[in-house]
Amino acid sequence: MRIRALEISVGALILAGMLAMVALAINVSGLNLSQKSGGYSVYARFDNIGGLTERAKVSMSGVQIGQVTAIRIDRKRLMAEVEMQIFDDVDYLSIDSSAQILTAGLLGEKYIGITPGFEDDLLENGMTIEDTQSALVLEEIVGKFLFNKVSE
Amino acid sequence: MIQFLQQLGATTVNRVAAVGRAGQLLSQSLIAKPAPMMMLPLLVRQLYFIGVLSLVIIIVSGLFIGMVLGLQGYTILVDYGSEQAVGQMVALSLVRELAPVVTALLFAGRAGSAVTAEIGLMKATEQLASYEMIGVDPMRRIIAPRLWAGFISMPLLSMIFAIVGIWGGSLVAVDWLGIFSGSFWANMQASVSFSEDVLNGVIKSLVFGFVIIWIAVFQGNDCVPTSEGISQATTRTVVYSSLAILGLDFILTAMMFGDF
Repeated sequence: MRIRALEISVGALILAGMLAMVALAINVSGLNLSQKSGGYSVYARFDNIGGLTERAKVSMSGVQIGQVTAIRIDRKRLMAEVEMQIFDDVDYLSIDSSAQILTAGLLGEKYIGITPGFEDDLLENGMTIEDTQSALVLEEIVGKFLFNKVSE
Repeated sequence: MIQFLQQLGATTVNRVAAVGRAGQLLSQSLIAKPAPMMMLPLLVRQLYFIGVLSLVIIIVSGLFIGMVLGLQGYTILVDYGSEQAVGQMVALSLVRELAPVVTALLFAGRAGSAVTAEIGLMKATEQLASYEMIGVDPMRRIIAPRLWAGFISMPLLSMIFAIVGIWGGSLVAVDWLGIFSGSFWANMQASVSFSEDVLNGVIKSLVFGFVIIWIAVFQGNDCVPTSEGISQATTRTVVYSSLAILGLDFILTAMMFGDF
């Protein structure tokens, strides 16, 4: 009987450890096994990406529709070129959609916000979003403000 | 001068010899002919003494550390108006650092010292020698189950510590201080990554468990077989394991999160 109780308690310990691991995976880290990984690539060029990083989210109306996969300099135009992967089920973005670099909250992460356009033709794999708006850089805003004050 | 040199040399030789003996102990008890059928009941028994009996102290300290983290994080973050981030702060600091390290320190004090004292007393009362006399290898009968039990129970305890701590943090932040529970959990899930944070925490606790139980078993087996020797060996177990944990923690953190 003594041995039995001991074995039961050991089993309970191992079970509790496993459950804690599962809870950490699902509840705390939000592990999603059915993660959407596929998608098609879309490019956008920005004058200034101001702290945007790879794996940043791409969202439309606040809903995530993809993520940033690569950031590089376009050597011809000398602008930042951002490659995004848009989920496959998002197949309704028209070619005149615009991309904007936004900030989540005051000190939050940078992400890309897509505003849908009105054309009938849709964005496909490898196409580029032409209408873009760069990140707001605090120094530039302050500089403009000062410049306007002086010229007044 | 010569005497100093001699002392220095003797200490070094002793240290190196001790490391060698520790390695020998490890290889003899682990690589020796495995006998799983005989070992399983012994292992369960040791899991009970090393793992289950450490559970209470792990749960209580995890709960309080999580609650303190929630409270401290709130008072700092509320100045910046971003008190929703307290969930992410509690979860990241627990999963990455505090759960493996504090569990390891408690484990060294609770289980490591007990193992050292037990094996040391067995040696002092010549039980180890009698096992050898009747043809039972003490490495396999005494040392190996304890090594495995420590190695297995440490990550389990660390996971339990983390989850209880996060629960304690949510208790303070959500139920007491009134942070919206949706943003508490959503912020946490957005910032904690399973493969980078949770698994790295598990790797840390595996390494710590291995080091602690190895030190404990070796100190017990290597102690001077007197009551004074056992007390010194027990102290050494706690001191050496604590130092090893904190040093290894820095190295592991630098390797995992240092980005180079």
